[in-house]
Amino acid sequence: MKLTRRHTLLMAFGSAVAAILPFRAFAAVEDNITAFTGGAAVGTGGITLIAPEIAENGNTVPIEVSAPGAEAIIVFAAGNPTPDVATFNFGPLAAQQSASTRIRLAGTQDVIAIARMPDGSFVQASQEVKVTIGGCGG
Amino acid sequence: MADNVKPRVRVPSDATAGEEITIKTLISHTMESGQRKDGDGNPIPRSIINRFTCTFNGEPVIDVTMEPAISTNPYFEFQAIVPESGTFEFTWYDDDGSVYTDSKEITVG
Amino acid sequence: MKLLFRGGVVAGALFAALAAQADEEANLVINGDIEITVRTDAPEHVAQLGTIYSGWVFRSDETQSLQMDDFENPGMIFVDDAIDAWNTVDGTAGNSCAACHGEPESLAGVRAVYPKWNDEAEEVRTIAMQVNGCRTERMGAEAWKYDGKEMINMEALIASVSRGMPVDVAIDGPAQSMWELGREIYYTRFGQLDLSCANCHEDNYGNNIRSDHLSQGQINGFPTYRLKNAQLNGVQSRFRGCIRDTRGETYGVGVEELIALELYVASRGNGLSVEGPSVRN
Repeated sequence: MKLTRRHTLLMAFGSAVAAILPFRAFAAVEDNITAFTGGAAVGTGGITLIAPEIAENGNTVPIEVSAPGAEAIIVFAAGNPTPDVATFNFGPLAAQQSASTRIRLAGTQDVIAIARMPDGSFVQASQEVKVTIGGCGG
Repeated sequence: MADNVKPRVRVPSDATAGEEITIKTLISHTMESGQRKDGDGNPIPRSIINRFTCTFNGEPVIDVTMEPAISTNPYFEFQAIVPESGTFEFTWYDDDGSVYTDSKEITVG
Repeated sequence: MKLLFRGGVVAGALFAALAAQADEEANLVINGDIEITVRTDAPEHVAQLGTIYSGWVFRSDETQSLQMDDFENPGMIFVDDAIDAWNTVDGTAGNSCAACHGEPESLAGVRAVYPKWNDEAEEVRTIAMQVNGCRTERMGAEAWKYDGKEMINMEALIASVSRGMPVDVAIDGPAQSMWELGREIYYTRFGQLDLSCANCHEDNYGNNIRSDHLSQGQINGFPTYRLKNAQLNGVQSRFRGCIRDTRGETYGVGVEELIALELYVASRGNGLSVEGPSVRN
C-alpha cells in the first residue's frame, strides 16, 4: 500500500481513538459502581483501602479494605477488562468490617473500594497502583 | 473438580469469650480468569472459585463474592468474634459446582 | 545503602539506577522462628562482591512479607503436595521416600550442600538427579521430569527442612572441574543482547533493568514461588529464562552446562541461608 497523506491522517485518527480507550474502561467501572449503589451518592471517609503504591507484579497485589460498621465492601479494579474484584459481606460475627486478599491488576490503574453502610449510605476510597512491567524478574 | 484443590485455614485453638481473633485462609486453585489464551490462540475458559464463606456455629462471619481478578491460590484474612466454644466452617464454591470445605474447633476457656 | 546502588554504566541506557522499592535493611525471620541470613561476607572465591545478598533483599515490602509466614507463602502449598508424594509408595520395589528416609526432616542439611559430587556415580549431582537416582534405582519407579511439577515440589520440601542452614557447597576436589565450567559459563556473554550472568548480577545488582530491580542472582531461595507465574520454579528453568531474556539459544534442563552453572552459582551464595521455597516477583 502506498502511504498517502490521507492514510497517514486516518492512522493518526486510529491512534487517537486508541488513546481515549482508558476513559471507556473507566465508564465501565461507573456502570458497575451504579449497579452496587443503585445510583446513590457516594461519600468519602470511614473507609480505608491499603494497597501498594507500586506492585512488583500485577498477578498478586495484596490489598486490605476496612470500613467500621459496613454491611458490605465492594472492590473494583477500574482498568481491568472486567472491573469487579470481590464483594465482602460481613455477618454478625465479623469482629471488624475489614478483610485482606490478593488481587490481579492488568496494569497501572485505580483500585476502588466502596462500602455500603447500614443506613443505606455509601462511602468510597481509591488508590492508584502502579504495576511494574519488567518480566525478567530480577 | 479442579486438580489438587486443598483448603488451608489458620484459626487459634482457644480464645476468651467475646475475643476478637484473626483468621487466615489459603486455597490452592488456578483461578483461570477466562482472559487468557492457550498456545494455539484459543481462549482458556474461565474456571474460578466464585464464593467463599465463613460461619461460626452457623452464624455468618463473612461471605465473599469472588471475581476472576482474585489471584491464583486465593488468600483471605479477616477478624471474627468468638462468643463461645464452637466450630468455624469454611466453604469455597467452584464454578464447576465443586464445593470445598474445612472446619476448625475453637475452645473458649 | 551504598552497595546496592552502584552506578555502573553498562550497555548504554539498559541499566538505570532508580530508587528501589525494597527495604534493603530488612531482616528475614520465617514464622517468627527461622532466622535467615540474607546478607553476609562474600566467600573468598567471589571476593569481588564484597557482600552477598539473598534475592529477598531486593524485593518490595509486599513480596518480602509473603515469605515471612509459611501460611502466607503460596510455595508451601506445594511443599504439602510433596509431603503426600513423600509418603506414597511408587514403583516395583514397594517403597516410598518415607520407607528409607522416615520423616522429611531427616534430609535437613541436604539442600545446603547440593550440587554435590557423588562418588558412586562419579558425577556432580543436583538434588533432582539424586531424587531420580532414588526413584529409578531404589524404588523401581519412573524418573520424574527434570523440572516437572513433582520434582520441583519435592525439591521445595527438601529445601524447606534446611531453611536457615548456611549454603556450603564444595568447589574443590572432584567437583572442581565442573565448578570451573560453571564459572566459565557465568562470565560468557549470550544472545543478541550479548549479556553474561555477571553483566546483570555482578556488575549491576541493585540497579534496575527496565523496571526490574536486579539481584545478585543468588539461588539459595530455590525453588521459588514467582508471582509472575504463580507457581514454583526450579533453578535451571530460571537459568533458561535468563538466557532466553538475552535473546540467546539456551540449554536444556539437566545438561552438563546447567548442572555446572548451578554448582557455581550455588557456591557464590556460600554463607547465605537455605530459603526455599522463597517468594519472588
